[in-house]
Amino acid sequence: MKETVPEIGAVGLLRFVWRQLTSMRTALVLLMMLGVAAIPGSFIPQRTQNPVAVSDVFINSPTKALWYQRFSLFDVYASPWFSAIYILLFISLIGCVLPRAFEHYKASRALPPVTPKNLSRMEFHSEWKGDGDELEIARQWFKKNRFRVRELDGSISAEKGFTRETGNLFFHLALVLVLIGVSLGSLFGMRGDAIVNVGERFINTPTTYDSLSFGKLFNEKTLPPFSIEVDKFVGKYDPVTNAPLDYTMWVTVKSEPDATPEKKVVKVNSPLTFGSTRVYLQANGYSPIVTVRDPVGNVGYQGPVPFLPQDSNLSSTGAIKVPDITPQLGFVGSFFPTIGRANGGGGISVFPEALDPRLFLAAWTGDLGLDNGRPQSVYRINTDVMKQIGLKSLSPGETYTFEEGSITFETYVPWVNLQVVRDPGKSYALVGGIVAILGLLASLFTRRRRIWVSVSKKKVEVAGLAKNAAPGLELEMAQLAKALGRAE
Amino acid sequence: MAVFALAFIAHAYETAFAVRAPHLADSAQGNLRTKTFDYTRTEKVARVATAMMILGFILLFAGVIARGVSAGRVPWGNMYEFSITGALAFTTAYLGALRKYDLRWLGLFVSISVLLTLGTAVTVLYVPSAPLVPALKSAWLVIHVSTAIISGGIFLLANIIAGAFLFLDSMEKKGERAPWAKRLPSLDVLDQLSYRLVAFVFPLWTFSVIAGAIWAESAWGRYWGWDPKETWAFITWVAYAAYLHARVTVGWRGRRAAWLCIFAGSTFLFNYVYVNVWGTGKHTYSGL
Repeated sequence: MKETVPEIGAVGLLRFVWRQLTSMRTALVLLMMLGVAAIPGSFIPQRTQNPVAVSDVFINSPTKALWYQRFSLFDVYASPWFSAIYILLFISLIGCVLPRAFEHYKASRALPPVTPKNLSRMEFHSEWKGDGDELEIARQWFKKNRFRVRELDGSISAEKGFTRETGNLFFHLALVLVLIGVSLGSLFGMRGDAIVNVGERFINTPTTYDSLSFGKLFNEKTLPPFSIEVDKFVGKYDPVTNAPLDYTMWVTVKSEPDATPEKKVVKVNSPLTFGSTRVYLQANGYSPIVTVRDPVGNVGYQGPVPFLPQDSNLSSTGAIKVPDITPQLGFVGSFFPTIGRANGGGGISVFPEALDPRLFLAAWTGDLGLDNGRPQSVYRINTDVMKQIGLKSLSPGETYTFEEGSITFETYVPWVNLQVVRDPGKSYALVGGIVAILGLLASLFTRRRRIWVSVSKKKVEVAGLAKNAAPGLELEMAQLAKALGRAE
Repeated sequence: MAVFALAFIAHAYETAFAVRAPHLADSAQGNLRTKTFDYTRTEKVARVATAMMILGFILLFAGVIARGVSAGRVPWGNMYEFSITGALAFTTAYLGALRKYDLRWLGLFVSISVLLTLGTAVTVLYVPSAPLVPALKSAWLVIHVSTAIISGGIFLLANIIAGAFLFLDSMEKKGERAPWAKRLPSLDVLDQLSYRLVAFVFPLWTFSVIAGAIWAESAWGRYWGWDPKETWAFITWVAYAAYLHARVTVGWRGRRAAWLCIFAGSTFLFNYVYVNVWGTGKHTYSGL
């Protein structure tokens, strides 16, 4: 026997799916799913926030990492399944809100409904014998309390609280605006980091960045042509807890190559702004300034070399590569702004300010591997094919001399990490957020209700109906009844 | 100066403890007395308890202020300070709601939670007052943290009321309420009350999240980054949004709504405890 299914056709099916999707129940389930789906991202390290922790998982438990990877668990908030939930939710939301907005618009232009015949059936009702002028008083009372009024023969039908639905609709539409803002930001935004030594200039071109990522619809030609010269940087720290107290950077900026230079001060909470691009002071460290010479005394390298901080006291590590001396020289180094002795005999920094700086160097000779065209980190040296010359600890001004040449630790400068962010969508998100709150307030604190006053020769009747079981109508009606002259 | 301030805080807590302890005893006694329907005496005891609650509030308020003075800034820089301010917000929410509704039956729960919070704060979470790290130096600290703490206090109050609803509901299902519980409000009132508290504070919570986003934009270069704290704030927001929708549009009432309310409240607590203490990310200001 064949089962018979009523034929609904493609259009019918589509309509069915649409109705299911825009139903409140589905929306609610999607909303809860969104909440649940956001959870794993707070336990599993995310690539965008903590790439180091992600690669740790790959090293320590490759199988687990592979499975995480398959389900996009390292990029939860950009994953297909997370996107699917919120896209469905927003479609559902729009499908629910737009028809309601249309209906609300019609309703707000229509007059309140005709007074029902039997007012005594209403939720709140009272009647008494009046003296005939109640209708006029009621009209004024409604006007004073800003009700929408429909005057009928012998009765008034009044309604108030449309703001509730208006606020509700604005709240939901504002959420759509927030989503638009977020997607604009990710499509047309850019984000980059550059380490700049104090005294150097940063020019906003792709090659000056250490890392740079663009939104899908933004390209490097549209980078605004500003430049920033870092004049001075001061980091202050608490002498007891070593916790940072303040970071301040003094810069000279030019918004265009021909513009007049401007002096500015940048702090952690006050970035530089160039249109929709902002520049943040995000991290800092030290660059030892070194001079490397060959055995004859020719300078092979001179200048600051940024070292990367490894702990909160700014113990830093880095590499100095000198390809211009033959054979090539390489130095693997650690910089300690305030030296203290570790138990194991190695160096350790005991304070983040440079009170007693020391540079530890391991000197190597051989092939640095720079000529094979493979990109390599500027902070590390592959010493597999090199020969170690020796180890040395240097204070500023000291020189380490060896057979293949010498290195002088001249002094040091701080460096700052400038984070350049362009997010053209954030103002939309902000406006969306503000409208959402206003809409929410309007919808949660407005009560929609109807009040009818009917006056006949025999009696005055007042009846009310509160939608959404909103409280307070009884009190309001008591006030009206009092105004109409009802005896207590 | 700092030592004096610290001594003063310790003293304030001691007094607050001493003040709350008799309150607990009083409420318990008061509850027992109901059996004999000796309402006048119960009334007296309850009044004393409320008065002590107010005294505790004043002392706690002074303690929080003193902490602020000793640190030279608003006292919202680490977990100890969040906790004492949270306890203050919670007490304030209770006393505020008390002006409008007869919630004295809640006093027992409120004072126990405040006592536990303060106890944990002084013993486990205590850190000496210190200046703020640079990222926290912003006017948004005051706006973002104060609204978050107030929202938290009210969410938890709503949570306790929802819990009381569930407890009394199962008691009524088995038969009658126990004598001591007869004084408590009806199930309908509890149901409405927890809803109204949530509806009242949900916009504030939304505002707090947005204020945090604006601050994050100026301090960290992005307004939203799915930092664990942000993620859980989002989850809390979604959970309460689901709760409000479930009530207003789908018409959930009673047990189901109360469970959803408690679930949403626990996401907030989880965010506060877990993410602050064990979590990673940019919101690790607990100072532990």
